[in-house]
Amino acid sequence: MDALIKNTTITYREAIKQAIREAMQKDEKVFLMGEDVGRYGGAFAVSKGLLQEFGPDRIMDVPLSESGFVGAGIGAALKGMRPIVEIMTVNFGLLAMDQVVNNAATLLHMSGGQLNVPLVIRISCGIGRQLAAQHSHSWEPLYAHIPGLKVLSAGTHEDARHMLQPALNSPDPVIIFEYTFLLNAEGEVSEDAGMVDITKAKVRRQGKDISIITYGAGVYKALEAATVLAAEGIDAEVVDLRVLRPLDNETVFDSVRKTHRALLVEEAWGAVNVSSEVCARIMENIFYELDAPVMRLGGQEVPIPYPKHLENASVPQKEDIINAIKKIMLHD
Amino acid sequence: MENSLDKLHGTDLLYRMMLIRRFEEKSAELYTKEKIRGFLHLYIGEEAVAVGVMQCLKAEDNILSTYREHGHALARGVDAGSIMAEMYGKQEGCSHGRGGSMHLFDIKKNFYGGNAIVGGHLGMAVGMALAARKQQQNSIICCFFGEGAAAEGEFHEAMNLASLWSVPVLFVCENNLYAMGTAIRFSHAVTELEKKGPGYGIETAVVDGMDVLAVEEAAKKATEMIRATGRPFFLVCNTYRFRAHSMFDAELYRDKAEVDEWKKRDPITRLQKSLVGLNIITNEDIEELNGKIETEVQNAVDFAEAGTWEPVEELKKFVYT
Repeated sequence: MDALIKNTTITYREAIKQAIREAMQKDEKVFLMGEDVGRYGGAFAVSKGLLQEFGPDRIMDVPLSESGFVGAGIGAALKGMRPIVEIMTVNFGLLAMDQVVNNAATLLHMSGGQLNVPLVIRISCGIGRQLAAQHSHSWEPLYAHIPGLKVLSAGTHEDARHMLQPALNSPDPVIIFEYTFLLNAEGEVSEDAGMVDITKAKVRRQGKDISIITYGAGVYKALEAATVLAAEGIDAEVVDLRVLRPLDNETVFDSVRKTHRALLVEEAWGAVNVSSEVCARIMENIFYELDAPVMRLGGQEVPIPYPKHLENASVPQKEDIINAIKKIMLHD
Repeated sequence: MENSLDKLHGTDLLYRMMLIRRFEEKSAELYTKEKIRGFLHLYIGEEAVAVGVMQCLKAEDNILSTYREHGHALARGVDAGSIMAEMYGKQEGCSHGRGGSMHLFDIKKNFYGGNAIVGGHLGMAVGMALAARKQQQNSIICCFFGEGAAAEGEFHEAMNLASLWSVPVLFVCENNLYAMGTAIRFSHAVTELEKKGPGYGIETAVVDGMDVLAVEEAAKKATEMIRATGRPFFLVCNTYRFRAHSMFDAELYRDKAEVDEWKKRDPITRLQKSLVGLNIITNEDIEELNGKIETEVQNAVDFAEAGTWEPVEELKKFVYT
């Protein structure tokens, strides 16, 4: 079977671009709009070349009017189009938060089931490029709080490549988080993998001793930590939540039932983040499966500082994951 | 304007405005009886705007409105019973009871709601118009909002986008002079709102919103222009709300004398007088209309009363498809 699956190594940026291109080739109703997506080629060069391929009606540059163009995306979705709206970075997303919360997430309900909003919003986010306090946010939890949204996090190349199509197939609004620090990183993508199941978390590495439950920027760090730990005789499983709303309980519970230990890792500020919710669900549902208390590693509660050493110290690193797991395993 | 004043048309305009008036008077009564809860924003005094504009829209056109939208829904032909049932919170309501007074939706009538975030629907209107253009449909998106919304960033973003993208939106600003209790002079540096259209390259007109025939004529020109060019249009209707902002408003911010002065320009009395004066209809015709409307409103109330509560087991419906 393996021989039939064609793997290619591409950058995260290229993975996203291929996903957009393929979706646009497949369906004329799909169009991309966002700040600088066309003539500039995308603030992070994700959509470079797409304007030339699809023309300005389908690769639409928009003015700096986040609320306006996200609202327009919702309106276009209501009337039969399949817009992909790019919000350049999550910090600008707050300017459109009213549209996301009060319209996109709410219209199906307020209209008593008469309206669907098949809108996809792509947002780049995360820390790691020394962009300081207003451009380094991990606000997945803000969006994951809102009923009516589906919130996805593309922590791997595979998901960057194969999450967009199922998101576009959803009749409900989907937010996809992408990670700017990964853009230049190369990774493997299987071309024939097909669509990601956007209702399910994904076990990225099988293990029997402890479950590292994470998403987004935490996924590769957790995998690297697991490799180091394996050399020391600790066999960690890595669960990529991937779908932050609605959360997939079962994949998480199955993993913890197997390993009996859990470390939750994410870059969002520690208090009231996704890990808080996952931790509570483990306690409520499978407490007696645990051999050790669930531990969390989250972002330090500080606006993200500019200097590299302080930026690094603001979010869990590979070493922090390794240390935390040793602590849990040794009941230290 | 004489030509538009034949008996059939004149009676129709009058009937629609009187229906809105009576329906809302009844709603206020039912609010005090606690049949209707939440916020209730009455349109009384502003009926000429919804009725006049709606005359110029076709079935395939789309309407978005504000939280003060009973009038628009009725003028669009949304069933009065389903609106009343919605305000009761019954599942026979036009939004299955989930929305209430501020969120009336009827997609079969292309009535896209009741939005209760001031200015929150303007961007959507632009997007719906963009979709219409992309799909080469010749429909208009008509978006009602108040002068309060014209102070929101959404207004400026939506006007710019609509003009930039050249899409068929009819922006109808119902300037009733008060954003809740804040008079226009305290919220707009330039109170002649019609001056804001040209800044965005949008064709603009201003009209006496207390005169249904004037509104209709202005909306007719506006919609003809939009259909011919595909471009947006900004129509400012100067009007006045006779009642309080909502049922919780003690109206400390305006004089009774001011309200009384505006009531002399009541759009319903005005049309009645001119139709009777021109011998197009008689006072008996008006009485007959009154009777018909009374029955219709009572039927709506009966429908709402007979409606049923959605089972609590269904609470989590309508969150995901």
